[in-house]
Amino acid sequence: MTKHPEQSGDSRAQVELSETTLLSQDTDISTGTRTRAQTDRIQSSRIQPTEAKSQGKLVRERFLRHKGALAGMGLLLLIILLSFSSIGFAGLPGWWNKDYDVLAARFNEGRPTLTLWPFSLGEHPFGQDVLGRDYFALTMRGIQTSLIIAFIVGLVAMVIGTTVGAVAGYFRGWTEAFLMRITDVVITIPTVVIAAVVAGIVAKQGIVPFAIFLGLVTWTGLARLVRGEFLSLREKEFVESAKSVGASSARIIFRHILPNTVGVIIVSTTLAISGAILLETALSYLGLGVVAPDTSLGKAINDNRSALTVRPWLFLWPGAFIVAIALAVNFIGDGLRDAFDPKQTRIKQ
Amino acid sequence: MSASEASLVIDDAAPAREGAILSVSGLCVDFSVDGEWVMAAEDVSYEIHPGEILAIVGESGSGKSMSSMALLGLLPRNGRSSGSAKMLGKELIGAPQSALRRIRGNDIAMIFQEPMTALNPVLTVGEQIREAVEQHTEASPAQAKERAIELLAMVEIPEPAKRYDSYPHQFSGGQRQRAMIAIALANDPMLLVADEPTTALDVTVQAEVLELLRRLNKRLNSAVLLITHDMGVVADLADNVVVMERGRVVETAPTAQLFTSPREPYTRQLLDAVPHLGSRVGGVLSDYEVVDGALRVHEAYARAADAEQQTHRDAGTVPALELVNVDIEYPGRFRQAPFKAVNDVSFTINPGEVLGLVGESGSGKSTIARAVTGLIRTSAGSVTIAGTDITALSARKLLPLRKKFAIVFQDPAASLNPRLSIGESIGEPMYLHEKLNRADLDKRVGELLDDVQLPVSFRNRYPHELSGGQRQRVGIARALSLRPDLLVADEPTSALDVSVQAKVLELLQELQRERGFACLFVSHDLAVVELLASHIAVLNKGRLVEQGTTEQILKYPKDSYTRRLLAAAPVPDPAEQALRREQRNAILAAGASAE
Repeated sequence: MTKHPEQSGDSRAQVELSETTLLSQDTDISTGTRTRAQTDRIQSSRIQPTEAKSQGKLVRERFLRHKGALAGMGLLLLIILLSFSSIGFAGLPGWWNKDYDVLAARFNEGRPTLTLWPFSLGEHPFGQDVLGRDYFALTMRGIQTSLIIAFIVGLVAMVIGTTVGAVAGYFRGWTEAFLMRITDVVITIPTVVIAAVVAGIVAKQGIVPFAIFLGLVTWTGLARLVRGEFLSLREKEFVESAKSVGASSARIIFRHILPNTVGVIIVSTTLAISGAILLETALSYLGLGVVAPDTSLGKAINDNRSALTVRPWLFLWPGAFIVAIALAVNFIGDGLRDAFDPKQTRIKQ
Repeated sequence: MSASEASLVIDDAAPAREGAILSVSGLCVDFSVDGEWVMAAEDVSYEIHPGEILAIVGESGSGKSMSSMALLGLLPRNGRSSGSAKMLGKELIGAPQSALRRIRGNDIAMIFQEPMTALNPVLTVGEQIREAVEQHTEASPAQAKERAIELLAMVEIPEPAKRYDSYPHQFSGGQRQRAMIAIALANDPMLLVADEPTTALDVTVQAEVLELLRRLNKRLNSAVLLITHDMGVVADLADNVVVMERGRVVETAPTAQLFTSPREPYTRQLLDAVPHLGSRVGGVLSDYEVVDGALRVHEAYARAADAEQQTHRDAGTVPALELVNVDIEYPGRFRQAPFKAVNDVSFTINPGEVLGLVGESGSGKSTIARAVTGLIRTSAGSVTIAGTDITALSARKLLPLRKKFAIVFQDPAASLNPRLSIGESIGEPMYLHEKLNRADLDKRVGELLDDVQLPVSFRNRYPHELSGGQRQRVGIARALSLRPDLLVADEPTSALDVSVQAKVLELLQELQRERGFACLFVSHDLAVVELLASHIAVLNKGRLVEQGTTEQILKYPKDSYTRRLLAAAPVPDPAEQALRREQRNAILAAGASAE
């Protein structure tokens, strides 16, 4: 079918050149005299036909252009690195020489020894708590716990919520009725009440089952949002067009509709992650979540809530990390949403 | 002259004044986009006199709407206007919002494109008209209601006193637009700005609304500024025409002169792009002649055409598509009865033939297109594609058959997945059916883009980066990717500008000649169907009222609905349109007396 190889080469190169004129032009692209000269120049340098880019590559390119997301990503990686390398994880030793559960004599009333100029960590950079535990180690342990819980909750809620919402919204009928009634039931039971019944048992198993359990009760909002998106998208003509060429339901759901709901899913999941940190805090406070001697950021704040006026650092460090993590996650979510949306490319160059 | 003096002058002199009601000169409109000013209209100048209908014509993006919105101070926040627009000597551009608010609805009134969204669904139509009256006058509620009923009568709504208490959803589309006109006329405006007043309406309803506008304009002696893209509407209604292109006025001329001898190349190009009903078969409703206001029918022509149709049926090939007594029902819910969208429809398309399926909105034409492509199930009858009845097949058995037919949708923006690149969209059918590897798939996509005259680099673009015409080309490329024997085109050009429509139609014609697929071309536009189709089937409320060759249907229609449809379609030629108007009135009168 390549009847006019030269001509089609022309138009290719020219379009590369003049992005902005595209929207107003319809067909006569390879005819302008001004552009002919330019295309000849371009053609001599590169003759390759435009190669087809995969969706994944385009998403990556767009994500790497988003400065906020990159900053968020950097911050989050830094926090993860700091918390896991300092006190070690799962038996592996870290570079910090104190443990979070060892009591010691209080040094200088437990004040932080961290100085920025000249930089030195000192004996207890974040200070010590009332019992004399090293607060740096304690905070690092708290970050580990909170991050693990938050991400597991986000993941579980995302998978369940998206699946339930997508299946209900796409298939309609009794499937939808059944799934949405289940969703309604889960919504109507207050989280704290189920937590009170189940969490006491679950928490003893460690934080991973606890996090999975939290995920199992927080997917409902996402399911409803995704279902709503699916309801409107399944009536769109591009879905009909995919059906008319015989695409399977799975292909339509995953290839055609789901990518169009990525924005909703990601924003809602990042909010769920931030929310999970707070939920875990609330449950830990009630004694239903993380149990001592283990700790989490929320628990650390709660344990020291009466110390705000006398020993503010006990409040400051975990609080600062909660804010930093939540912000970083939201920025990354923002970047991912834009990266998955092809319309964003022109604005965020 | 100060503002207060100006208003005094207007009050005294307005009724008798012979000069222009509105004179616009050097009007510019810009929009701030990302901190830069982008021109939407530049140096627009025109005048409107009492009793005149001035049409501003242009394609989308020509600035015709925005330049009119600027007159009323209704620009979006990021817009600004400069230049001068004088309403009876009073400057509108730069006037404070409070002054403009008094003018809007009082001296200048607007009619919008979409009557359903312009009316408030929770208020009765009567209340909305009354509100418009009360806003600008001191009338008591009782007087305002009386005036509202009077206005409803004026826009020819039957039983106005009773309909006063109806809600917008109880009105038909045409009646809603009439109600909008009534609201616009509530305070006897001197200028009526009608922004695409009939674009959302069916042709027969459009003809009625245009007739009403013409009569009101004569009766009230108010001026009308008609903004439209439809040359047929211009030919039907306007006295003078302003042609706009990319924000500039290209040509201003009296209507008759513009259509017979356009000066500017752009105008000529625009007029050439408009499909003209009857241009290919040489005439419409040829056996109807209006003599002294009465209708004469020549039966002999019709019989000759009929005979030809018979021989066509007996050709003896396997038809590409055959519908036999097809019913399609939309299931009811709770207490709602199921809705029968298509009722006992039969037609045949032979290989290589183009059948135009014509009907107004709600006639079931799109439903048939979807049933033919297996998107909706039929409730009775058979749909046979290349010898196989698809109504009885399961989804799995239908799959290999799907290669044989393809569909092009109406709205190119909605029919392409915004998250898939053009290349992926086009490649999908081939990926599903032929399991090609990447390299082969890429090559085929490149060839297809070439076939629809798009540069191959477009494969990495996304639908939003393309213009409407380009998107529709992509839609066509996707539909043709598996070399189908039958192409179903569901209003493929109705969302496009005329010049783009002309190019897309040309492309479709060319591809059809080259590849010889059969085509079911669904459209509401008879002129477009005439260009492409060799045969036409006319649908009315789910029933097939008439079918035959294009010539037969257009020249010698037998069914009264087909006649009305043909008579209502405006043609871009003022002289011919005047004759057709007369013919239409005669046909309607004959229809009324026959019933």
